[in-house]
Amino acid sequence: MTALEMITRVRGVRGAMLVSADDGLVVAEQLMEGIKGTAVAALAASLAGRLRRAMEAAGIGASVFWHLQSEKGALLVVPGGGGLLVVAVAEPEVNIGLVRLELLRAAETAL
Amino acid sequence: MSTRAVETWTLQPLTDFVREASVRLVLVLTPSGQVLAQSGFSRAVDVMSAAALAAAIVATTGELARQLRQPPFAALNHQGLKHGIFLATFPVERGTLAVLAVYDLDVSSIGLVQLFYEQLAADLKTASPKGAVPKQVLAADFERELTDSLNTLFGR
Repeated sequence: MTALEMITRVRGVRGAMLVSADDGLVVAEQLMEGIKGTAVAALAASLAGRLRRAMEAAGIGASVFWHLQSEKGALLVVPGGGGLLVVAVAEPEVNIGLVRLELLRAAETAL
Repeated sequence: MSTRAVETWTLQPLTDFVREASVRLVLVLTPSGQVLAQSGFSRAVDVMSAAALAAAIVATTGELARQLRQPPFAALNHQGLKHGIFLATFPVERGTLAVLAVYDLDVSSIGLVQLFYEQLAADLKTASPKGAVPKQVLAADFERELTDSLNTLFGR
């Protein structure tokens, strides 16, 4: 089973992607219909870059996990090694802890 | 950042693109090098050089594609240490337009530029004057039209 399959098998996860953090391009994806993978990848990578700078400015080190909750779902991201981001798009009632665990595992295996 | 247009229908789509994609310099031009709009340039001579070089790249890659018996390349991205250059062409009613964008790698990315370029191309197609006939560029008129464009872009 691939790293992305491990994430998308969690109930409530609508898709997962590996994204190049520098380029904002999709490296691999497993998404349900209706999710614009290229747009999510580009914008998540842009956000990751800004968050990284904010955290550096705050002197609190690199981000390990971020979770953006919205009305109809959530965007969860783990910055992995090798310049990759592991991204999950989930429904609002998803088990965040479980998705986080799978994202962290994927970030380790995706190196 | 200053964004100015020779053809006013290009201004709003270009302004939106610059803001969303966080690009540093942009030219909207025809494949022959006539400039329709620019953003971020401060000198006419830089616009002239960039437009001439972009037109040459469009011509070169177009010919390369023709020799490979395939449709023209949709876009070209060239990335350096600090900056990236994105060049793409798309059809509008009056012919083909090209967009040249230069972006800083620490504030934007090729993913972001590609994403909002698609929106820019769609917006320009929608905004372009309907019923316009593609105009043939004559060598005799080119320099005068280029000078007129630069005068409009730089307020002379």
